[in-house]
Amino acid sequence: MTLFNELVAFLSESANWSGSRGIPVRIGEHVLYTVVALAAAFAVAFPIGLLIGHTGRGAFLAINIGNAARAVPTFGVLILVVLLAGLGFLPVLVALVILGIPPILTSTYAGIRGVEGSTVIAARSMGMTERNMLLKVELPIALPTVIAGLRSATLQIVSTATIAAYVALGGLGRFVIDGQQQRDYGKMAAGAVLVAALAIAFDLLWGLVDRVVVSPGVSGRLPRTRRARDADSPPPTTGTTPTDPLTPEPAGRPT
Amino acid sequence: MDWEWISSNTGEIGGLLGDHIYLAIVPIVAGLVVALVVGALGVRFPRLYPPIVALSSTFYTIPSLALFVIMPGLISTQILDPINVIIALTIYSASLLVRNVMDGLRATSPEVRQSALSMGYTPIRQLWEIDLPIAMPLVFAGLRVATVANISMVSVGALIGVGGLGELFTQGFQRRFYTPLLVGLVLSVLLALLADALLVLLQRWLTPWARLVR
Repeated sequence: MTLFNELVAFLSESANWSGSRGIPVRIGEHVLYTVVALAAAFAVAFPIGLLIGHTGRGAFLAINIGNAARAVPTFGVLILVVLLAGLGFLPVLVALVILGIPPILTSTYAGIRGVEGSTVIAARSMGMTERNMLLKVELPIALPTVIAGLRSATLQIVSTATIAAYVALGGLGRFVIDGQQQRDYGKMAAGAVLVAALAIAFDLLWGLVDRVVVSPGVSGRLPRTRRARDADSPPPTTGTTPTDPLTPEPAGRPT
Repeated sequence: MDWEWISSNTGEIGGLLGDHIYLAIVPIVAGLVVALVVGALGVRFPRLYPPIVALSSTFYTIPSLALFVIMPGLISTQILDPINVIIALTIYSASLLVRNVMDGLRATSPEVRQSALSMGYTPIRQLWEIDLPIAMPLVFAGLRVATVANISMVSVGALIGVGGLGELFTQGFQRRFYTPLLVGLVLSVLLALLADALLVLLQRWLTPWARLVR
């Protein structure tokens, strides 16, 4: 039996779709871990990112935490947290939150910092309070970048939650780890395919959120203003800004 | 921290470090080659641009462990074969780099392009001698991110028996023993920093004009 057939056999076996260790339960667990960890990471990182971005104080931290986090192997962090805090849902959750913080913090900071100075001055001279400036001017303009950060944090968390099955967490990683131990490739592959599908689904969902919450004026999806803006702005020249390669391309990119 | 363990296992640690470097570097080089070829095609034939972007970001979305495990099913290798990790990481590196390559190659200004044309440059020569050097800073920005990410992701391979320093993490977990874990973490981070520094030096060496312009 080829490896592909083993995968199909596992997925078409109805027993694998029911019970407390069935596929739906594992998907539910994986989604739960991801949502809880992402929400916690957001609650920590977003306000700090806003503050650093708005005041410009502590920018060093915001920039470097992102770079440093990339160099540290996530698998090692996971094991370290578990050895320090013990097995169980909470320690693993802590590890997932730690890994979710840097992308959100860095992108929130970068988004707010990226707002043009003249825009900020205009808002200030209209007499807006700092709070209103941040929430009504800077944040809406920064939103696509913030969402890009949430997107990569989500991928990081989904991916690490898979690995976390190794330290006895549930979720779709269980199929991969158990299948490996039982020499059952069908099971491993099923877990892998399902987790890949889940990651892609989350990513599409963020694309959708981006479309819904980002103001059409910011995303350039408003047909009339786009024409007006194109007439105003100079034609694209050299020096493409070196965007973060992990940041997804905004939809409707002018080619 | 058990220093005795380190001194009595230096040979093994060195071996794992060597594996780790190999498993991280080969995909970077292979991924760069793929990204340059695909990226050049994507710039030459603009119709290919959207599917390349869509495909590469989809690949980038797939968790590493999942891709390691799916690989044997796709290319019928053995499950514990290191080639699975190498090919999976090559796909990641190429997906990350191709965007930078395409954006970089398109950064040549129309005036420069016309000058090249009127000087009789063939498209291939223009690509090699003009577009590519101009694209260099963006390509290197991508290379640095991809290299550091690869060095981190290789460890995950330990879960399917091919992990370089990641095997120190599994050892540490199984024996509830901090020393191998910390050794693995420190070496992995140092390796990432060293690779990043080397890439910065390489970029300086390859783009001597960048210092003059500044």
